[in-house]
Amino acid sequence: MNACDLAIIGAGPAGMAAATEAANAGLSVILLDEQPVPGGQVYRAIETVPEERRKILGPDYQKGIGIAEAFRACKATYIPEATVWNINPDLSIDYSRNGGSAQVSTRHLLIATGAVERPTPMPGWTLPGVTTAGALQILLKAHGGIGDDVVLVGSGPLLYLLAQQMIVAGVPPKAIVETVDRERYIKAARHLCSALTALPYLRKGMSMMRQIRRAGVPRYSGAHDIRIEGSQRADAVRFFANGRAHHIETSSVALHQGVVPNQQATRLLGCDHVWNESQRCFVPKLDEFLESSVENVFVAGDGAGVAGAKSAEIRGRLVALRVAGRLGSDTDAEIRALQRQLRRDEAIRPFLETLYAPSDEVMVPGDDVLVCRCEEVTAGAIREAVDLGAPGPNQVKSFLRSGMGPCQGRMCGLTVSTIIAERRSEDPGSIGYYRLRPPLKPLLLSELAQLEREPTRDEPL
Amino acid sequence: MFKRNNAIKSPRVSFTFEGCSIDAAAGDTIASALMLAGETHFRNTPVSQSERGPFCLMGVCFECLVEVDGIPNRQACMVSVREGMKVRRQKGAIGVEIE
Repeated sequence: MNACDLAIIGAGPAGMAAATEAANAGLSVILLDEQPVPGGQVYRAIETVPEERRKILGPDYQKGIGIAEAFRACKATYIPEATVWNINPDLSIDYSRNGGSAQVSTRHLLIATGAVERPTPMPGWTLPGVTTAGALQILLKAHGGIGDDVVLVGSGPLLYLLAQQMIVAGVPPKAIVETVDRERYIKAARHLCSALTALPYLRKGMSMMRQIRRAGVPRYSGAHDIRIEGSQRADAVRFFANGRAHHIETSSVALHQGVVPNQQATRLLGCDHVWNESQRCFVPKLDEFLESSVENVFVAGDGAGVAGAKSAEIRGRLVALRVAGRLGSDTDAEIRALQRQLRRDEAIRPFLETLYAPSDEVMVPGDDVLVCRCEEVTAGAIREAVDLGAPGPNQVKSFLRSGMGPCQGRMCGLTVSTIIAERRSEDPGSIGYYRLRPPLKPLLLSELAQLEREPTRDEPL
Repeated sequence: MFKRNNAIKSPRVSFTFEGCSIDAAAGDTIASALMLAGETHFRNTPVSQSERGPFCLMGVCFECLVEVDGIPNRQACMVSVREGMKVRRQKGAIGVEIE
C-alpha cells in the first residue's frame, strides 16, 4: 500500500493553502487540478498576469500571489491538467491527463473544487453572446479580453467587482441591470450589525459602488421579467424596472445570481448534503473540522458553503492541520485559532446572502424557459412531469433526459430541484438532487483504455 | 465585441477554425482565442440544432464543445491553442462511423 496522506482536488485558495500547510507539516500530499497552472478561478492566471492587468484586477486578487508562491515552494506533488473522473470508496482517484488515465490512492481526501455560478435560467439565456459574469472575468484575468458593450444582469457582489475592474481598464459596462429591489435592502439591514465586524468587506463594497457611480454606468434596480432577445445571437436585453419597460441593445450579456458549491465530487462520494435556506443551495454536511459524512473526506473552499477566497484559504489550512493532527501532530491550538478567524471572516455572509439572494424568476422560471440547456428541457415540461407523478430529480431525469447531456446536470440540477419543490410545495432539502455517477466528466475511450496500473494501488484492477 | 486591453507580448500561435486562420496568443484557450476573434457560434445542439457559444469559460457548462483535430466533444475553454491545430464547430449529435 502506497497511499499518500492527503490528496487534494482543486488548486484554488483552499487547495493551495491546504497543500502547503500539510506538506510543511511533513505529510505526503498530492494535488490534482484541471487547469495548467495553480490559482483556481478566483486567482486565475495569478502567476503569469502582466503588471498592468494586475492593477486592473485589484489588491484582493494580488493576495493570491503569496498563496501560489508558498504552494510552489512546498513539497506537495502537483499534478496539473488532471481531470478527475472517478473517486472510489477506498479513496483511490482516477484521472485523465495527456490523453491517458492514471490513479492515485490516499488516506484522506480534500475536495476543494470550489463554486460554480448559480444557474440563471431566463428567456434567451442560451443565445451565443450570453455568458456568466464569471466567464467575462476569466476572459479578463487570463487573457486581458474585455467587451465594449457588456450589460451585466442579476445580483451579487461579483457584478460590481467586474464593473469596477472594467472601469479601471477603461472599458466600462454599458449598463447594470439589478434584480435586487428596495425590499431586500430593508431585509438585509437587519444583518448590518454583525456585518460591521467585517468592515473591510463593507468598505470594499462601498468603494466599488462609488467608482461605478462616478463612471456614470447606468444602473437599473428591481428589474424583473428580464428576457434576452436575438435570433442567432444576443442583440438586446428587455426588462421592466420602476414600472417602465426598458430595452438595451448589446452583443454581450453577462448573467450572475451568486455562486453555489460545486457538488459533483461530494455527491459522487455519497456525502450527505443539506439545503441551506440562506444561501439557497445545497451544501455538504460538515463537522467543525470540515469533515463530511464520509469518513476521511473533507471539503474546503466555497464547495463547503460559499464564503469567499479568504475563508477558503483558512478552511484549507484547517483541514490540513486536522489531518496532521490525526497523524500524530499536536495541532489543536492552531485549529481553534483558525476556527475563530473563520467565524470573523464569515460575519459578512448573512448580510450579503439576504441582500443578494437570487431572484425568484431564476429559482423557479416560467414554463417556456429552458432549464436543461444540454437536452433542451423547459420548466413547463418539468412541472408536467411532476404532475404526472415524478417525485424527484432522478425521476424527472428518466422522464425528460434533463441532466443527461454533457454537463451532467451542472447547469440544471439546482433549478430542477427548486422547481419540483415549488410544484410539490415541499422543501428543496427533502426533494434532493440528481444521483451522480462516474465518470465525473466525459472521457475518451482511449483515455480509459490507457489507465495505467499505478504502483499506489494495492490490488490489481 | 471583445478586445484585448493590452498588446500581446507573448508569442503568437496560429490555428484554423472552420478552415479560417485565427491569430492567437500563447496561453489562450481555444474559447478565448475565438471570442477575441469575434466568434460566438461554437456548436449546434443535438436536439434542436440551435446555435451555442461559450457560457461559463471554466469547464462547467459544456456549451463550447468543438471538434479538435478530428476529436469531437472537446471543451474549447479547457484546451490551450497549439500551432496548426484544426478546430471545427460541433454540429449536432456525434455519430460513430462504421466502416
